Amino acid sequence: MFTNETLSRIREIVSSEYVTNEPEDLYIYSRDQGVQDPHMPDCVVMPSSTEEVQEILRLASREQIPVVPMGGGLVLSGLSVPLKGGIVLDMKRMNRILEINEKSHYAVVEGGTSQGMLDAYLKKNFPHLKHSLPDAPPAATIAGNIAIHGSGHLSQSQGGFHSEMVTGLEVVLSNGDVVKLGSCSTVPYWFSRAPLPDLVGLFLGWNGTTGVITKVGIKLYPRPKLHDVLVYMTEDIDLAPEVLTRVINTETAEDINYALSPKPDYLNGFQMMVINITANSEDEMALKKKIIRDVLKDLYETKESGFMPVPPNMKTGFLEAPQKALSKFADVRRGGGFEYVGAIMPIERIPDACRAGMEITARHGITYSLGARIIGKGHCAMFFFAYPFNRVDADEVEKVKMALEDTNEASLRLGGIPWKAEVQGQQLILKQMDPGTYSLMKRIREVLDPAGIMNPGNWEVS
Amino acid sequence: MYELVFDPELCLRCTSVDCIMRCQYISMDLDEAKREHDALVRGEKSSILSQCVTCYACEEYCPYRNHPFYHIVEQQEKLGVHPIPIPIEKSQVVMMGPRGKIQPKEVRRPVIDMCFFSIMKGGIRGKLFEGATTIEGSDIFCNLMFLHFARNSTIKERLPRMIENIMTNYLTPSGIRELICYHDECYGTYTSWAPAFGIEVPFTPVHLFDYLYHALLEVKTDIKPLNVKVAYQRPCSNRLCPETDHFVDDIFELIGAQRPRRTYEYSNALCCGGVPEAAQRFELSEELQRKNVEDMKASGAQFSVFNCPFCFWTLAGPVAKAGMIPVMMSDLCLMALGQ
Repeated sequence: MFTNETLSRIREIVSSEYVTNEPEDLYIYSRDQGVQDPHMPDCVVMPSSTEEVQEILRLASREQIPVVPMGGGLVLSGLSVPLKGGIVLDMKRMNRILEINEKSHYAVVEGGTSQGMLDAYLKKNFPHLKHSLPDAPPAATIAGNIAIHGSGHLSQSQGGFHSEMVTGLEVVLSNGDVVKLGSCSTVPYWFSRAPLPDLVGLFLGWNGTTGVITKVGIKLYPRPKLHDVLVYMTEDIDLAPEVLTRVINTETAEDINYALSPKPDYLNGFQMMVINITANSEDEMALKKKIIRDVLKDLYETKESGFMPVPPNMKTGFLEAPQKALSKFADVRRGGGFEYVGAIMPIERIPDACRAGMEITARHGITYSLGARIIGKGHCAMFFFAYPFNRVDADEVEKVKMALEDTNEASLRLGGIPWKAEVQGQQLILKQMDPGTYSLMKRIREVLDPAGIMNPGNWEVS
Repeated sequence: MYELVFDPELCLRCTSVDCIMRCQYISMDLDEAKREHDALVRGEKSSILSQCVTCYACEEYCPYRNHPFYHIVEQQEKLGVHPIPIPIEKSQVVMMGPRGKIQPKEVRRPVIDMCFFSIMKGGIRGKLFEGATTIEGSDIFCNLMFLHFARNSTIKERLPRMIENIMTNYLTPSGIRELICYHDECYGTYTSWAPAFGIEVPFTPVHLFDYLYHALLEVKTDIKPLNVKVAYQRPCSNRLCPETDHFVDDIFELIGAQRPRRTYEYSNALCCGGVPEAAQRFELSEELQRKNVEDMKASGAQFSVFNCPFCFWTLAGPVAKAGMIPVMMSDLCLMALGQ
């Protein structure tokens, strides 16, 4: 139970200016931009070191106080909202970039380092290197993003989710123990998770229910000099998987996205496949464009689909990483409300996912933006059903809430799995999960968090 | 609906078939050209319909001014030939459609019609445009670009309303009858396309070059000769008003710019490559861009001057990479005034 004594103890661990239980501060940490109900924490702490995190967890474990780790707080589905009160561990002060290994292509950063900080640091000091950026605001953290299996602008070309780009972790367990995972557990280098038993997965996709990530080793990639974009357009929903697969198979694109939105009106009803290409020379760029165009030649020659001319003012937007388009769309209803179901699903289900999204939003009378990012060489897609709403319009909030529930169910029916699902979505997933998996998850939780203090309410297995 | 003033008999009697024989993109001997041309004139299928790059040049090449290009567009639309993919065509129809948001406003001479391109308004400044009013946007847009999309019908449907909008909201209440057309496309619409389809234009369109030339004369003493070589990229829509082409030489003389000899200029001008790219003719587009830039470079040009925003968007990058400075004509003139 959280008491004044607890608060005093925390203030002894972390400088008191970084501990608060002021109502106006707690209010902010009780909610995110999505539709999930708010829950007040008892206090918010901003630790500055692994040692401070250890001390806080020891205290919380002893006193059975829930602890909710939080990165940028931008997850939208309430994963860092303290469902059962307790301590919100805001990691933003732990934002140091500890190492850049140019030759072995990895960075080691603290658990609160933001995407924007690492990107800016690399651009300034190592302009030939980059990491994969999610289409989240730059304040999103690297640790938070890998912990939810995020994806980004290198997910297609560099082989998958950001969690697959993790080379090692430092994690504080619920009892305060620190563990190092990956090569850094044995040698001073953070180059990979292999060849050791891979324990990193115990902390990825668990929504902070198994430990607090305090350091991350993340892969870096070359940053080519040139960047351009091709946009393929069709009215035929069923054509999208074919176009996407052909482009993926050329292995020439850096990032491939799909979009379908009723706004702006001139794009209503049209699918757009946005193909980002990078190169180190004009010749390489021209060749890559030619290869991509050639594989779609028989399609565009029918004139039923084709590459859209992209004037310079429009191109600037397509070349941004992170993409601002979705952030702009997020406020289309004004009032600062936005949430989406991001379902990881097979590429061939994109057309049906579109139909489901349009049907659900029509039924609930709300607007939408649908889209997908290709993950890996076509191994799956992160399909998003994004619904903006006006937070002050209670009726609209309720409609979006119901639409999100329907969308979670539709995603599972389509063979997809809701990504970073809110609690209700997690329960839907658990309901249809293999019982053996479910049981193993429970046992792992019991080992790693015997007191049940880590982000309770999430991945709750009875 | 408005009908094209087109005399098929005149075409059928034509023996030189200049519209095809002089075309830089369709390669046929005279017999084949005559055969395909005559089929086109009779309203039958013709390979010309799919080969046409919609560069407008045959409007200039036809010795009888019988509107061969407008006829091609009519036939493309009638026979369902889509030069540009259908979803792009449909999207553009919506994107460029009138928003119905025009409001009356008092305008002062000179009134500059920026067409759809408010983005180019930065060029309307300085001594040459003192006191000018600009008008622009979807509600006064000439819509002539739909010639590239085989959609004369869209122009027919929208243009009368656009003309009425210009008159009702701007020119009539201010007692002005002259409209300076920033883009050749608008000027070509009002002086060529509209008369060809019997649409009345109640104001006097003035080509930007005509305006610039006379405005430069007014401030002649302020001109500091540029003493640079400038290659001119003639846009497709200038083919509808070849009588204005001399103003390029006249302006260059006033501002002290040299116009080095290019292979691809005057009636031999080449398309910038932008429309072929939209038509998914990528190799042709790249070839045209390369030829234009190499030709400019070979002429010794230091600057490349444009009057069409779309040509500028297409070629500005390649021109700059080749070491020349891309610039719009209005900006080039302002440079000569130190502005």
